[in-house]
Amino acid sequence: MSDITLNVASANPEATPRSAPITVVGPVAWMRENLFSGWLSTAVTLVLAYVVIRSVVGFVDWAFINAIWWVPVDARGVAQTQACRALEGSGACWAVVTEKHRFMLFGTYPYEQHWRPAIVCLLFIGLYIVSALKRFWNWRLIPIWAVTLTAIGVLMWGGVFGLPYVPQERWGGLPITLILATFGLAFAFPLSILVALGRRSNLPAIKVLCVVYVELIRGVPLISLLFMASVMFPLFLPEGMNIDKLLRAQIAIILFAGAYLAEVVRAGLQSLDKGQYEAADAMGLSYWQKTGFIILPQALRMVIPPLVNTFIGFFKDTSLVLIIGIFDLLTAGKTAIVEPAWQGFGVEVYVFVGLIYLVFCFAMSKYSQGLEAELNRHRRR
Amino acid sequence: MTRAGPEAGAVPAPRFTHTATNDLGHETKMSAALETDGFIASSVRTDAPPAIVLDKVNKWFGALHVLRDVDLQVALGERVVVCGPSGSGKSTMIRCINRLETHQEGRILVDGIELSDDLRALDAIRREVGMVFQSFNLFPHLTVLENCTLAPIWVRKMPKKHAEELAMEYLTRVKIPEQAKKYPGQLSGGQQQRVAIARALCMKPKIMLFDEPTSALDPEMIKEVLDTMVMLAAEGMTMICVTHEMGFARQVADRVVFMDRGEIVESGTPEAVFNDPKTERLQLFLSQILRGH
Ligand SMILES: Nc1ncnc2c1ncn2[C@@H]1O[C@H](COP(=O)(O)OP(=O)(O)O)[C@@H](O)[C@H]1O
Ligand SMILES: [Mg+2]
Repeated sequence: MSDITLNVASANPEATPRSAPITVVGPVAWMRENLFSGWLSTAVTLVLAYVVIRSVVGFVDWAFINAIWWVPVDARGVAQTQACRALEGSGACWAVVTEKHRFMLFGTYPYEQHWRPAIVCLLFIGLYIVSALKRFWNWRLIPIWAVTLTAIGVLMWGGVFGLPYVPQERWGGLPITLILATFGLAFAFPLSILVALGRRSNLPAIKVLCVVYVELIRGVPLISLLFMASVMFPLFLPEGMNIDKLLRAQIAIILFAGAYLAEVVRAGLQSLDKGQYEAADAMGLSYWQKTGFIILPQALRMVIPPLVNTFIGFFKDTSLVLIIGIFDLLTAGKTAIVEPAWQGFGVEVYVFVGLIYLVFCFAMSKYSQGLEAELNRHRRR
Repeated sequence: MTRAGPEAGAVPAPRFTHTATNDLGHETKMSAALETDGFIASSVRTDAPPAIVLDKVNKWFGALHVLRDVDLQVALGERVVVCGPSGSGKSTMIRCINRLETHQEGRILVDGIELSDDLRALDAIRREVGMVFQSFNLFPHLTVLENCTLAPIWVRKMPKKHAEELAMEYLTRVKIPEQAKKYPGQLSGGQQQRVAIARALCMKPKIMLFDEPTSALDPEMIKEVLDTMVMLAAEGMTMICVTHEMGFARQVADRVVFMDRGEIVESGTPEAVFNDPKTERLQLFLSQILRGH
């Protein structure tokens, strides 16, 4: 800095700071800058615009304008789908969804009892919302979960309070997906934290156990684990003892998700500075106090994006249980179009099922973004 | 580093008056000591058993022999400054005192308790020994106040309200009560280190260990941290402080210990060590330190 500028500054203490150079703003300027900055960029923009517009128009035609929402049902209860077939794919036959949505959502659960799994789905969603609110992040969450899950069990099984008993083999559809995903992640997440901590333990036995668990489970496809759970596992059990098929699949999912999540959590643990451990030790905090108050809160915040990525992956992977004959949402959708009248309307069914998955996964994703911003407030200056 | 140097002995001592701090358990050595030309009268208690004893302590990192037959006794109320070249084992030595590192040979006694694998003894010692690190090591996800109350609540089992009052009191003493609700990342380095000191004091330790508390700070912030430490010294806190701030050493140290290659090479009053070095190693070290300033 030269003396001259110094003098000017001191001679004129009120001098206003120079403002930053003005940048051109507004949508037209933005478009000129980003979309039409040269002949190549203009050409690419035009071609892409054409493709996008054609696709959107085509989809709107198919999904709304040419779509059929209802079809008549004859006296024997068989849907008359001739109108749909006449479309020859030029429009969607949403009638399959209108007609079959209850089967897709609740599978083979007794028809007149469908209100029970419907309430179960609402209870699950309510549970997610309550658990997502920071206000409830304390001991109260434990009784809330306990009561809700008990209510869910009572509703699904019945056999008490005058509710007819419904065996697990008849459950199906969305409740199965939500049960597998909720219990899967609710158990796999704490398990993964313990395993991740165990891998960093000073005790060799615990460390080896955790490493072997993670490496074994990660080395096997989930499908083969599910097969093992459904076919092989019963062979090891004593005669007459039988663990419910859903429970076996559930355990396989928990073990599998646990191994993956453990590696994500471990990455978070590793990103922490050694000084944090030392400061906690020097203050005389016990191992669990240090882990609970200092290490995990920081490590988990660091890995929210990969954690949620894994959560979303497992929410969708629960659909793999269809290969061992468990009737989750996707299996129910697939089964709905086995009926001759509805054969050939798979696209509509899969769009519907896909939308349900999308709603849950998108909600998870949005929530995690908010959570990340909220929990990392301390990093802002 | 620009200050420190022999002439820097005149670090202005903080003039603080004791108001409501008498119940905080510290000896109240008062401003009379501070008035005496910036020097602080010794508060060494020779009648009491020593606060820290290191007896022929040896430690290796793999094949590297980092502590060699280290003998050191620190009396209650004594203030020891440890200096020496980088890598000489200063940090390792003071980290052995609260067992952030384990020694392999010899004995270490803190407050009369021997350090061993006995976890209960270790807990007892860590409650009585506070530590301040070069890199502050505040907990970034907790507010300043929460940083200060965590250990008192969970280790000392203090009621939360009491712990918060105590924390505010110490934050006031290190002159940043207004930052209590902020997160460490929002403070300057000097403020963070003062929070770290307050955090350690909230456990009401009998002994404080400082490992180069000012080395990570910008020059203009060193003074505010040293002032806080001078204040602590004036209250008669037993302190071991690794630092190269010679002005600080001259002002508060009862004894200066010079380490080199894992050994205590010389030890004595600041005047004896700084003005009349006996060994070549210390002479070399002092000449390097002085040239650096
Ligand atoms: N955790 C460790 N593992 C291996 N070597 C270490 C470790 N910590 C320190 N050392 C080595 O021990 C010696 C003494 O280190 P330290 O006590 O930090 O020295 P100082 O604090 O005096 O600079 C150095 O040579 C250093 O490289
Ligand atoms: Mg060091």
